[in-house]
Amino acid sequence: MAKVTTSILIATALLATAACSKKRPAVIPPAPSGTAPVDPNAGNTGAIVPGSRADFERSVTSNTVNFALDSYDIDGSARAILDSQAAWLAKYPNVTVSLEGHCDERGTREYNLALGDRRANSAKNYLAARGVAAGRISTISYGKERPIALGSDEQSLAQNRRAVTIVLN
Amino acid sequence: MLPKTMLKTLLTVSGAALLAGAATAQTAAPPPSVPQPAPQGGLQAPAPGGAPNGQQGGELVVDVVGGIAAPLGIAVPTMPTSEAVDTPAGRTDVLGAQLSKIITTDLRNSGLFKPLEAGLKPVTVPEVTAPTFEYWTGAGASALVQGYVRATGDGTLTVGCYLYDVTSRNEIARQGFVVPPSDWRRAGHKCADMVYSKLTGEGPYFDSRVVYVSETGPKGRRIKRLAIMDQDGENHRFLTNGQAIALTPRLSPDQRSIVYMSYLNDRPAIYVYDLASGRQKLLVANNDLTFAPRVSPDSRWVLFSMARAGNTDIYRVPLAGGTPQRLTQSTAIDTGGTYSPDGSRIAFESDRSGTQQLYVMNADGSQQQRISFGSGRYATPVWSPRGDLIAYTKIGGSFRIGVMSPAGGNEKLLTDGSQDEGPSWSPNGRVLMFFRSTGGGSGKADLWSVDLTGVNVRRVPTVLDGSDPAWGPLRP
Repeated sequence: MAKVTTSILIATALLATAACSKKRPAVIPPAPSGTAPVDPNAGNTGAIVPGSRADFERSVTSNTVNFALDSYDIDGSARAILDSQAAWLAKYPNVTVSLEGHCDERGTREYNLALGDRRANSAKNYLAARGVAAGRISTISYGKERPIALGSDEQSLAQNRRAVTIVLN
Repeated sequence: MLPKTMLKTLLTVSGAALLAGAATAQTAAPPPSVPQPAPQGGLQAPAPGGAPNGQQGGELVVDVVGGIAAPLGIAVPTMPTSEAVDTPAGRTDVLGAQLSKIITTDLRNSGLFKPLEAGLKPVTVPEVTAPTFEYWTGAGASALVQGYVRATGDGTLTVGCYLYDVTSRNEIARQGFVVPPSDWRRAGHKCADMVYSKLTGEGPYFDSRVVYVSETGPKGRRIKRLAIMDQDGENHRFLTNGQAIALTPRLSPDQRSIVYMSYLNDRPAIYVYDLASGRQKLLVANNDLTFAPRVSPDSRWVLFSMARAGNTDIYRVPLAGGTPQRLTQSTAIDTGGTYSPDGSRIAFESDRSGTQQLYVMNADGSQQQRISFGSGRYATPVWSPRGDLIAYTKIGGSFRIGVMSPAGGNEKLLTDGSQDEGPSWSPNGRVLMFFRSTGGGSGKADLWSVDLTGVNVRRVPTVLDGSDPAWGPLRP
């Protein structure tokens, strides 16, 4: 709630400033009664709607699973992450997700498009096996087009070999 | 190693052959209104490796065997104009200077010619058909390219192009080109093509275009736009605005369409872009990932890859649209299909053995057999327009460009960059264009070319960064 309070204070301060710098209008709007005059969206910045993308990303172990070089196998840590995603998706059966498959830069462009598709489908199939209806999961391969780590060192490349679950709002 | 004859570009301009040409009978007459084609019986450049036997003295030899280039000294003075006239392309005298520059650059970039840097003298219109050979001999030129520019009454430009053997003082070839002002640069490329093919025996390639992906922006969010330009980087045009990632374009052999992959509406798929109208349409109307498009030599089919439920195979579909026909059935990644020049065979890559390797098969998918057996992985096969070689990306720690025989074997790596990918053949099958990425955080990539000797490596100028070049055919 700290955030909400801050927003309200800033909004009030802005209104006050605006009132000072402008010529006083002929008719003064009625003073708001009860609640502070604030943009309804601004007041919600701190609140996370259950079932939203933000809720998903806060609730699951991670939205991303990683892969070994030129592999699309779901290893132990990836299973734990996907299990947490499946549990959340079970709570919100109307939510659809997109699974993005990504690769590092050590593969050629077209091969990586196919490998990214394999990774996305690998994660999708795991979620489906955990009870998430396959029709709720679309896949998209980005190959090596959208690295998240920009270096060419081993650690960066490992971060880029990934499947990311994105909640579609 | 490649067979020697393949790499050998042997130029023989023998005095005897030139005398038979008889074209030299001309005296200092002004150029004809439209140059006549070279008379029959004029010198024909010998086929590669087919140099006349026993001729030693008086030969001009361009020999690039083993990668040791001995470029031929050639002079390309400014093309004069009989009357400086303003045209939509510029004044004819300015065009004459620019045309000689285009020809000079084309010939130099081939790696087989050494155009004179200094000692070029002004040439008068009458001199075009009556060269001052003594001067050019003294300047160090073995061959001489002269020509003229004239604005024609109907709004076109006429460019005459003459090639001379300076040593034997004979005309080797001449050609005239009538072009609309918007195509003025093409007259220069056509002239350079005439010189190149006459003197090397190789097919022409300068009058051609390249489609590629223009890149800019940070590595994590590269903006990738479809673009087209002349082979020398000029006449550059963006075809898409960069809102959707564009990848792997190919120009159809009839030069009417570009097939490429786009992330339009977050649905990565192959589109057919019509060059005349600027409109594009989805190639295959379904929800599957389609990529790696290649057009058949007759421009009727598109060979492509489609991923269904995580499995990628090679298909073909009419360029005009229709039902895809599946050509490979493996559970591996089969992609990068490329037609042989006669359309009867397909080379492709597959990781069915465990790693990416090259395979060939008949155009209907039958008789699949592996052709790469070296260490490391092999990707992005491209069949040479001459049919004699398959170029590829070799992955073994680094990415390098190589060539091999379509039957396998005779492997030769042509580049030594760390991240060279995606070769594409010049129309004559002697040069490859590819892209070289910069490692690390920049995400930068540029277009480069290398010839079959592996010696002549150079960067191709682009407006921004560039990747995925696809060299189109020779223009008509």
